[in-house]
Amino acid sequence: MIWATIVMAIREIRRNTMRSVLTTLGIVIGVGSVIAMVTLGRAATAKITADIANMGTNLLIISPGSERRGPTSASAPALKVDDAKAIEREVAAVSKVAPTASRGALIVYGNKNWSSTVTGSTNEYFAVRGFTIAKGQSFSDAQLQGGTPVCILGETVRKELFGPQDAIGAAIRVGNVSCNVVGILASKGQSTFGQDQDDFLVMPLSAFQRRIAGSNDVGAIFVSASSDKLTTKAKQQIEALMRERRRIAPGQANDFAVQDMKEISNTLGSVTGALTALLGAIAGVSLLVGGIGIMNIMLVSVTERTREIGLRLAIGARGAEVLMQFLIEAVALSTLGGGLGIVFGLAISFAATRALKMPFALAPDIMLIAVGFSATIGVGFGFFPARKAARLNPIEALRHE
Amino acid sequence: MAAAVASRTAPAPVLVELRDVTKVYGVGESEVRALDGASLRIDDGEFVAVMGASGSGKSTCLNMLGCLDVPTAGNFLFRGVDVGTLTLDQLALLRRNYLGFVFQGFNLLARTSAVENVELPLVYRRVGARERRARAMQALEDVGLGARAKHTPAELSGGQQQRVAIARAIVTQPQLLLADEPTGNLDSARKVEIMKLLVELNQTRGITIAMVTHEPEMAEFVSRTVNFRDGKVEWDSKSGEPPPRSGRTSVPGRAGPP
Repeated sequence: MIWATIVMAIREIRRNTMRSVLTTLGIVIGVGSVIAMVTLGRAATAKITADIANMGTNLLIISPGSERRGPTSASAPALKVDDAKAIEREVAAVSKVAPTASRGALIVYGNKNWSSTVTGSTNEYFAVRGFTIAKGQSFSDAQLQGGTPVCILGETVRKELFGPQDAIGAAIRVGNVSCNVVGILASKGQSTFGQDQDDFLVMPLSAFQRRIAGSNDVGAIFVSASSDKLTTKAKQQIEALMRERRRIAPGQANDFAVQDMKEISNTLGSVTGALTALLGAIAGVSLLVGGIGIMNIMLVSVTERTREIGLRLAIGARGAEVLMQFLIEAVALSTLGGGLGIVFGLAISFAATRALKMPFALAPDIMLIAVGFSATIGVGFGFFPARKAARLNPIEALRHE
Repeated sequence: MAAAVASRTAPAPVLVELRDVTKVYGVGESEVRALDGASLRIDDGEFVAVMGASGSGKSTCLNMLGCLDVPTAGNFLFRGVDVGTLTLDQLALLRRNYLGFVFQGFNLLARTSAVENVELPLVYRRVGARERRARAMQALEDVGLGARAKHTPAELSGGQQQRVAIARAIVTQPQLLLADEPTGNLDSARKVEIMKLLVELNQTRGITIAMVTHEPEMAEFVSRTVNFRDGKVEWDSKSGEPPPRSGRTSVPGRAGPP
């Protein structure tokens, strides 16, 4: 009986193909946009997370100044190389520690010049930030300790100054300092925020401090936790150690900040997640509009088919059976719309993720929810017209012109 | 309910009986007494023509016999069961299992083939698809339309459409076939054709038929004529009395169809 009713409903829908398709359009657009919004939102979240992970493995960044006032706060004493050594020595949860200092500098080679950032650090820096040496080599111990003016170029700096030429062994000028190129870093490309991660060069921290900065301050300490589960623990241990070293009394605020990149990644992830939910909900409103469209057409259909309903009642259909017939028709329409909407939504999100170079991933849960929701809309908005049909008086329905 | 009806099928020749039935539509000023103390008994195997002027109550009587309507007062018995006491769903089951309907306007489903139209009552009887098709085809053969099974109503003439409607009514082998002006929309040759078909079904299959008509010529085919006037049975050919005033029927000045 149910099967026969479903067959009847499908036949009825096919009888008015054009009208049925137009009726379901609201649901198609509703389901399609919900799926597109959620898929795109999740792709964005995945991309941000991946990009932050790309900044370095289990990266923590220690900088002077409180988190609230920002790292440039004048009152906070600068970090020193000894802080980095202490962290390496005393915090068990960290694997690599790289003290760094940076400033902007004009880089000159021959008749070309390029304004970039020069960073002083150690070989650990490359491991912590996830850079590999593509050509040449890293700093030798003698270079690191002796403050030899040598440098390793980011890909962008190399390209701008040397183009197709070989850069290894060349002498460039960094600010006022002459410096030999010993290595080239492999490119990491742009970060999430559009920053070119390859536009810098690295020299030994001792050389940077002596020849460029003229002070032995360390701007930030980059730390790699020994595993991704230990980042929070590493952060706590570093904070405890730094409070001790900087003699901060209990109850006083830190005059330094430890940023956990995973934490930032999680925060950003929850922001994009909330945005995704919001966009999905707005798109969901169009599902309601689609449902009203179905109700409208079902009401028209009931009026149009009054005589048919009268006949069905006369030959022995019960009210409940007529109700079921029209309800199934409404649900079939809305489910059809849901199905078309999935195709539509997937097509849009596939094209958009391609265009925005984001990872495309199916969202089966949202597809299920969208179809379930549209079937529910069919039941909800189909019920009123169906009940109207079921309550018709057969005698009057048969006389209906 | 169905069991109660079935148990009385064999012995009682009385199929349906109206006992002093009154049917009132509307209330107060707009009150209409469609039936006003009508009594009528139809036995198994009869072919009854129900006649009368517009507003005489003949259509209401047919609706009542078809279990589409229940009396305001009095009793309508179907195989001895008082239909007035049944729920709407029980009425639907009664129609589904024991009645067949033929209408003046055919009432076939548009853009649906003849055989599918005939299958419709079997769908509600939950007959399986294969048996449904076989029985529908047989019914179409019985009305002489076996070759037109795949045609939609739009591809059939009026007479053929009414034959499809009759096939739909008899496919369930009803105990009572109700026909509401079955020839009203047809030309005279087709009218005779349809009447002959109904007579044949009545005589060879023993299907009891109650037919509303306003055409005295159609009454020539039937075994019994009942005339309604002002909501009452004015004359019944079974009584043996001569018809009142002008011949067998009293349709003075013939108004339009009811």
